[in-house]
Amino acid sequence: MADTQINLTGRLTVESLTANPRQVRKERLIRDSLGITALISVLVSGLIIWSLFSEAWTFIVEVDWGAVWDIGWFPRRGIYDIKTLIVASLIITGIAMIVAGPLGLGAAIYLSEYARPGVRRTLKPILEVLAGIPSVVLGFFALEWIAPNVVKNLFGGPVAGSLLAAGIGVGVLVIPLVASISEDAMKAVPMSLREASSGLGARKLTTTVRVVLPAAISGLMAAFIVAISRALGETMVVFMAGGAAQTAVYTHDPLDGSLTMTAGMTSLARGTDNVVGEGLTFQSLFFVGLVLFVVTFGLNLLADRFVHRVREQY
Amino acid sequence: MAKSRLIGNRTNKMMVQAMQQRAFDVRGRTFQITLLAMLLISLFILTVLIVDVVIDSWGILTGRPGGFLSGTMRSLSDDPKQGVHQALVGTFWIAVFVVVLSFPIGICAAIWLEEYALKNRFTRFIELNIRNLAGVPSIVYGLLGLFLFVKGLEGLTGGKSIASAGITLAILVLPIVIITAQEAIRAVPQELKEGAYGVGATKWAMVRSQVLPYAAPGIFTGTLLSMSRGIGEAAPLLLVGAVSGRLGSNSGFFDLSGVTAEHFMAMPVIIVEWVQNSGRDPGFAEAAAAAIVVLLVFVILMNAAAIFLRNHFEKKRG
Repeated sequence: MADTQINLTGRLTVESLTANPRQVRKERLIRDSLGITALISVLVSGLIIWSLFSEAWTFIVEVDWGAVWDIGWFPRRGIYDIKTLIVASLIITGIAMIVAGPLGLGAAIYLSEYARPGVRRTLKPILEVLAGIPSVVLGFFALEWIAPNVVKNLFGGPVAGSLLAAGIGVGVLVIPLVASISEDAMKAVPMSLREASSGLGARKLTTTVRVVLPAAISGLMAAFIVAISRALGETMVVFMAGGAAQTAVYTHDPLDGSLTMTAGMTSLARGTDNVVGEGLTFQSLFFVGLVLFVVTFGLNLLADRFVHRVREQY
Repeated sequence: MAKSRLIGNRTNKMMVQAMQQRAFDVRGRTFQITLLAMLLISLFILTVLIVDVVIDSWGILTGRPGGFLSGTMRSLSDDPKQGVHQALVGTFWIAVFVVVLSFPIGICAAIWLEEYALKNRFTRFIELNIRNLAGVPSIVYGLLGLFLFVKGLEGLTGGKSIASAGITLAILVLPIVIITAQEAIRAVPQELKEGAYGVGATKWAMVRSQVLPYAAPGIFTGTLLSMSRGIGEAAPLLLVGAVSGRLGSNSGFFDLSGVTAEHFMAMPVIIVEWVQNSGRDPGFAEAAAAAIVVLLVFVILMNAAAIFLRNHFEKKRG
């Protein structure tokens, strides 16, 4: 180090401020290795896109497109009707949002606006713990409890799995997600807005519905979009309780069993040790995966926009 | 005189009425009760879920808890040697892969993003990319694992092995580790960093002596959350090839040679397996419920510990 120099002259020079080169090299090495670990995430994205595209491309080029718009999903027989899977996915997502939307939002409004601090401190962690329940557990619950007790008794559906049972299961799964993101969004609304509203003589109800909800709308949108994306991508609940194995004929009746995009992929990859069947069976897996990836990717980007808008506002 | 008193009385009465109505705001109260009901319904459904699973599994859990943990997969549900041992071994190894791969990489990436990266387009791109990865459906990671680790790198991973599954799940939880670690690092007060620089610390010395110790509880919370996510995930494992047939009978927990061997089992997959078997042999539903309880004990304990720790430190530091 250049300490001696300082002591001798009593003045700082440029040399006395430069660190010793070995230390500089060490610092640079650390910075660069940390940077490389951050780049791994980009590499992962690249690999995902590469793996999906390279196999899906073979499918897109070689498949007989008549087989992609047909009577159902029979991948081992060369019939890859994508609309069966997409319609089932949309039905599941719709049912899930009917269940999770009101319940999650209601729970969030209560926690954010009405609950006393003590109540909130107890209930919010419980909700967060429940958010971590694995989806296989919900799959079991949807098949063994929701199907016989709710779907059969209330809607007259089958006692085994159906799209309705799976949809309700997915809904239960995303309730904590909707509640948690919505609650964060409403907590981010400044207290001064609520106080101003009360100062003008508004009741709690008016303040909540007319002031807090509109102010938090970006965050609430984000919560719903994230939940939709999660419901579209949810696999295990649909695979276990969706009421179809391996193949599915086109249906849009929620009381029927069918395969969603995710369940279709899982049952195809699972049926035997290897994915076998007509020529393009293996590739069809990646084609469906690509469709799912593109849709959820778009939704996630949209949700990200909304979250950013919340941050910019307050 | 009499008339005006009448008006006075009526005004009086109306005012009292009006004030009483204000004191009890019917619409507001209904709204509040509805909201509370929604919250309670949400919690109630999830409670029913747990109660239902515990009741279903009661016979096994009280009858032969030890035998269930040490037993292996059987073709009949009433086999007394049936149990989750192979699945526990598989899940243990998946956890090892997550700890060894995604924790160090994720934490290092978070340090770089928060402390070193320039705030430019490229950094914003990386951050956006990580947020997006966190939202990619888990089954897509399964496709990645199938394409890359099972087919592409078969020589290294041994194909449909626990190594392929472990790496796939480590990649799946990586964005969660990065995001939670970033949040923890961002919360480190600027004064601490400036203090370290003030006494002549280099950047790395500052990070090591100030940032990491302060952010440690938050980072730990994030690792717990991502671990519980990792061991509960089933979809990617089904694609990467967890199968029930031809499993090694009772390999030990620390048997390294099993890592690249074909065929493995894991807790979430054994649940799926038994639920599907329950179609032909209803006794399997009970076994599935018992396996769920075993899995839930791990997952809920980890989640609860993480959330408790986070709230504890948030309160302590204001």
